[in-house]
Formats: sequence, C-alpha cells, structure tokens
Amino acid sequence: MSKSLKLYAGAGLGTLVMFTAAFNFADRNVAPLPTQAPTVAAELDGDMQWIAAAIAEEQRKATTFGLGRAALPEEVAAWDHDVSPDGTGLPPGSGDVWTGEEVFAEYCAICHGDFAEGIDNWPKLAGGEGTLADEDPLKTVGSYWPYLSTAWDYIHRSMPFGNAQSLTDDEVYAMVAYILYSNNLVDDDFVLSNENFLEVEMPNANGFIVDDRETSEAHFWKQDVCMSDCKDSVEITMRAAVLDVTPEDEGAEEEASAAPAAAPAAVEETVAVVEEAAAVVEEAAAPVEEVVATAAAFDPALAESGAKVFKKCKACHQIGEGASNKTGPQLNGIMGDAIGGRDGFKYSKVFAGLNAEGKVWDDAEMAAFLAKPKAYAKGTKMSFAGLRKEDDIKAVIEFLKSNQ
Amino acid sequence: MASNFTDKATTRRAFLKGSVAAGGAVLGAGAAHAAGDPLITETQPWAMELGDGVDATPYGMPIRFETDVVRRNVEWLTADTISSINFTPIHALDGTITPQGCAFERHHSGAIELAKEDYRLMINGLVEEEMVFTYQDLERFPREQHVYFCECAANTGMEWAGAQLNGAQFTHGMIHNMEYTGVPLRTLLKEAGIKTESKWVFVEGADASSNGRSIPMEKALDDVLVAFKANGEALRKEHGYPVRLVVPGWEGNMWVKWLRRIEVTDQAVESREETSKYTDTLEDGTSRKWTWVMDAKSVVTSPSPQSPITHGKGPLVITGLAWSGRGSITRVDVTLDGGKNWQQARLAAPGQPMALTRFYLDVEWDGEEMLLQSRAHDDTGYVQPTKEELREVRGLNSIYHNNCIQTWWVKPNGEAENVEIS
Repeated sequence: MSKSLKLYAGAGLGTLVMFTAAFNFADRNVAPLPTQAPTVAAELDGDMQWIAAAIAEEQRKATTFGLGRAALPEEVAAWDHDVSPDGTGLPPGSGDVWTGEEVFAEYCAICHGDFAEGIDNWPKLAGGEGTLADEDPLKTVGSYWPYLSTAWDYIHRSMPFGNAQSLTDDEVYAMVAYILYSNNLVDDDFVLSNENFLEVEMPNANGFIVDDRETSEAHFWKQDVCMSDCKDSVEITMRAAVLDVTPEDEGAEEEASAAPAAAPAAVEETVAVVEEAAAVVEEAAAPVEEVVATAAAFDPALAESGAKVFKKCKACHQIGEGASNKTGPQLNGIMGDAIGGRDGFKYSKVFAGLNAEGKVWDDAEMAAFLAKPKAYAKGTKMSFAGLRKEDDIKAVIEFLKSNQ
Repeated sequence: MASNFTDKATTRRAFLKGSVAAGGAVLGAGAAHAAGDPLITETQPWAMELGDGVDATPYGMPIRFETDVVRRNVEWLTADTISSINFTPIHALDGTITPQGCAFERHHSGAIELAKEDYRLMINGLVEEEMVFTYQDLERFPREQHVYFCECAANTGMEWAGAQLNGAQFTHGMIHNMEYTGVPLRTLLKEAGIKTESKWVFVEGADASSNGRSIPMEKALDDVLVAFKANGEALRKEHGYPVRLVVPGWEGNMWVKWLRRIEVTDQAVESREETSKYTDTLEDGTSRKWTWVMDAKSVVTSPSPQSPITHGKGPLVITGLAWSGRGSITRVDVTLDGGKNWQQARLAAPGQPMALTRFYLDVEWDGEEMLLQSRAHDDTGYVQPTKEELREVRGLNSIYHNNCIQTWWVKPNGEAENVEIS
C-alpha cells in the first residue's frame, strides 16, 4: 500500500497551501481510510479524500518513532468495552428483571445482599433516594449515580468481584434491570435492552456540577495572612481519643516509646457496633442437625458438585496445589484441622477464641459455619452470608475433604 | 510555650553555652553516668566481632530496629483488603522521597502480577492508527524524570466530621512522593496521531477493576507520564508494575496502575470512578465532579500522635510536609499556640512543582502544651484553609479533597493527640 500511497501523494502534492488544506481535511476524514487502492472509476471527491488522508498519514509517519504496531480490529474489540452516557459502546442485547434477580442472587448477593441492600461494608446498590442532603447520605445506583451507562460498564468490566468479565452481555442487561427494579425505578416486567437503554431516567442525573473551586473558593487565594495576635483564645473542641477508632499497633507493647494509650475499650466498642449492625439480619443459628452426616464414605460425585459450589468461595479462599492465604485462609486439609489454626493467617478474635478452645473442623462444625457464618462465629471477618441449600453445604464439605 | 531556637544557634559561643545547659539539665539517653556510659567505657560485641558479609541480603531491607516503619491499614474502613487502602508511615520518615516499600497502596481488585513480557499497551479510538506497544517498545521512546507526589483524593477524608484518627499516618498517609522515569503520554499519542475532534483520553488498567478514568486532552498532552521506574528501580507490584500512569498534581485514582489501554475519545466516559466515587457531595446534596487537582496542603509529621516528644524540654525539631497540585510550595507557616501567632518554617529545599516539600521549625520547647498547626502557601497564591473555612463551603459529606489545616495537641509529657480547636 505504501508504494501506491507515495505515488498518489506525489501526484497530489502541489503548493504548500494545498498541502495544509489536505492535512486539515484529512484530520476529519481519516477513519474510513481505504485498505485497497481506489479504482480509476472512483469519484473525484473520494479520490481526493483518500489522497489527503494518505498525505497526512505519510506526514505523521515521518515525525514518529516507528515503534509499536497497528492494533488488529479483534484486539481492539477484545479490550475496548467502555460504555458512555450516550450509549456509545453498548452492545446489542437485553435482559429482564426476573432473570436479573436470579443472576444477582448467584453472583452478587454474597456481598451486595439479596435485595442489593449491601452486606457489611460492601456497597449498597439500592435505596437512599432523597438522602443526599442528609447528615448521612446513602449513595446508591438509584440515589446517586447520574448515568445508567456507568452501571452497565462497571458490572460488565469489573464484576463479579473475583470473577470479572465472566458475565454475558444479556446477563449484564438483566442485572442492571434488576438493580433498577430494586431501586423502584422500573416495574417487575421491565426488560432492559440496547434499544430502550437511553430512555431510563436516573433520579440524580442533574445532581452534579463541574469543579467550581476556583470561583466558589476564590477566597482561599489570599493576599495576606495573619501572623500575630490572630485570635484572643483557643479552645479544644474535639479530641480523637474520645471515640478513638485508630488501629492499635500489634507490636505496640514492644515499642519503648510509649505511644499515647488509645482507649482500647472505645475501639472494641466501635468494632462491636459495626459487627452487630451487620449481624442484625442473622437469627440464632438454625438447626443444622440434619446436615450433620455421620462419618460416611468419601463421595467423589458429591465432591465434584461441591467444586462448583466452591466458586462462591473462590474470591477469598484458595485450595489445591500452591494454595496460599488470601482474603481468607487457604483451605487445603481444612477438614479435621484446628479451627482458626491456619499458619500465617490473621484471624478475627472469635476464631482465635475457638482455636484456643481446641475446636476442630468436623462435619458438624463446618456445616453450622457454612449455613450461617455470622451466627456461628459472631465477629468473623468472612463477609459471606452463608449457603442456603443443605445439599450445597454437604457438597462443599465433601469437596474440602477431597483436598486433604 | 517555646521560643525560636534559630537565633540562639547563630553564634558558636551561644551554641556551646546552650549545649552545656542542656547537658546539665537533662539526664536522658546519652547523658554521662557517674562511672561513664558503659556503651563507651565497656567494649561492645559489635566492636570485637565481625558483621555480615556482602550478599547477606542481595536486596536489602531496613534493619530490624525499624520494623515499625511500615504501611498500616484501618480495617474498619473497607470490607476487605482486596479493595482497600493503607497508609504511608509519614510520621517516621524525613526528607521528601517515599521509599517504595512503605508507600501507601490502594487497590480496587487487588495488586496483580503482570510480567513485562505479558505487558501490552493499546492506544485506540480517535487516532490515525490504533496501536499496540510492548514494554520493550516503551523503553525505546525518549524518557523524562520527574519527582511528583501521588495523593489519594480521600486522604484526610475520615476527618471531615471531626477529629477521628490519632496519627499523621492515618490522617495524612494516603500520599507518597517518588522520582519517576517514563515516557510522556503526548509522545505516545503523537505516535498514534490524535484526530482534531479528540477531547479526552480514557485510561484503564489490566486488573479486574480496570479503574477507568477520563482525562482531558489538555492535561494528557501536558505533563502526564507513562512511568515504569520509581526512585530508580522498577515500580513495585502494588504500585502498578510494570507500567503506571503519573498524572502530576491530580488525584491518585487517575494514576492508573498496570496501564493497558488509552482510548482517545470526544467525551468523558463517566465511569464508576468518576461518578459514583471521587465526586464530592456538598451540603445541599449536589456534588462536584471532575475535581481532579489536589489543593495545597501540609501537615506536621513530628511531633505527632505516633511520634511523641520523648526528650523533654529544650531543643525540638518540628517538621512536616507540604504540597500543592497547582504548583510549587512557596512558604509554610507554623503555629505553636493554635493559630494565635504564626512563624515561617524553613523549607529544606525550594518547593518543586507538584512534589512534596519538607519544612522544619527549630524551637526551644519549654515543656508546656502546644497546639501545633502548619499552613501551606503555593505559587498560585492559594493558602491552605482551616477546617471551618472548608466546611463553610463544602459541608461535611465531601469525603474527598479535605486539605484543611491539621491540629496536634502536644501535652507537657510530650504525647500528641489529633484535636479540633476553636
């Protein structure tokens, strides 16, 4: 192609004025640069356009380093997923609220709650309408996000946490539809698609202004500042130590330079409050006796189905060859092992306590824990809400046994 | 309270006289014992035996006595450590360059391991030619070196409603300052050839979060760097190895790590990180967006809650850091009495654009309580505001961009506490 380009470029080169005109012209028309030389029969306009583009390209090449290579269309397609507020980048597809609920329960409810209400410190996706000017605003997709494209873009590109880019386009449409539904923005028969995407109105679309600090805070650019006798009196109005939430240093006791004693009771209390708030939804441990199987022979088929259920655990726990502690402890040989006893893992106080009691992960303990983690171990760092199906619990335990 | 020490130290005689007085008054570590200091009078093992040979640690770590100078996390802030942040131990550092090993980390989907051989950088969108570069390609473009601070927009964000965290590391430690080596983004954009209608670049990382952000073309063509070295060595994994974006003076979230794609666009993408996060809600419920630049700010790093005064009254070095995303620090004022009277601190070196500046104030402490504050000025004439001044404009729910003046209450026993004052 470059040979013919030069030929045309040579033919097209006239005065400097013409060259400049061609360059500007090319700037707006380069995208459809033909990949094959035009035929003699090509229209003059098209021909000129192509010549201009060719000249611009030649000129650019002359001033570059010639490093890198052209990206292939399939490579760009593989990485270019972003979706803009006007719908640019949105692929064809659709999904309804009920499908969305199923997908959401499967992949998202672990952190975001069955109703997108958020578990622990994980983001709440629904609610909060009209709270933005409150003392404690609740910012959710419904109450805060200005563009629906952002939700689609983010879920598609970065969710679920620990298994990003695994959802199909239709699943993403369904999930976004469900999030809209859980924010009371659409009815339960709503189907979201690329066709109607821009029709959805986000309540806080007009709630944003572009950074105005240079005008609204112009008084922070000061001509002069006071250097002496600036105040008559100074009073302490608030102290961090009153409700101290500063983390305590584990090695603090070893440090000679006694740091000011943080009020440990206050720290405990704050943490407890946070944990309690999260545990409100948890009732007392449900009866799990029926789950507790008597020591049965190992069931490989059951373990295999347990491996599938274990996908829910994978975001935080590793198992198998080379497994190491991540957000949660590694689980090789966990069955029969001491509770809270994995080397190098920093356990919550409750698990450290169970470990001190000499408790061991047998079927009964594991089943109770997996059914209602927070009821079993109040204060556990594990954010997982629990496995609802007894069969899943049995299967996962069998799977854990297969990795001894 | 305390008097300025600088004047006393100007003559050698005054200096000697001062030393004698201090030696007689204080019996701390290093003071003379009746029979002489055993660390001096008795031969110590390290003066007799042999130390480690070379190669004992092919890549050296700090000596074991410094193990408390580490990043720390505030567990209750986030749901887990994968999408979380920790804090640089600024209370224990001096100078301006942050060692990589203790420079704060902020991940949205964890710190990934990406080898140089597996690294690809794509430029696509409104360009003459959509392109792919390898790590080796990047090494062949002309390089630049600059020192810049990187501050998370949420630094000091827990202090909007009141004094909450007790330590400079926790109130101000979402910041680091490194010397970067890399290729200007404009060089790469020029290589691909940007079209006239292009107004923005959308940059994203290779990790699962991708952390996509839109940057206006004017900034992209100005001083943004595609960096692969920091403080002379490869970037650390937690800071985006092998390649991260450096966006001088602008909020840390835009400094995309594991940079994999730059899309030239004609509009902002309005990604999650620039709509639902990193927007600043004002008192009336409206929110500012595109608040990219980091306002001028400073903090006394010592004395501070984690760095109390342990030597009693007498000569005291008050030190801290100042920075501005709009330019260079020109001046830092320090008050010992909660803002009644201020004096100019000494800058260790002239302020550099969008980099940390170290300041010192050498005083003679009388052992009385102090209310320590610092106030930064930058070369645009911006003066760091008080917390009250900020709250008047922004309310309490901004989360981000809290650059208020910080107060440490230093007590007669040398301990310090994070407080708010009238």
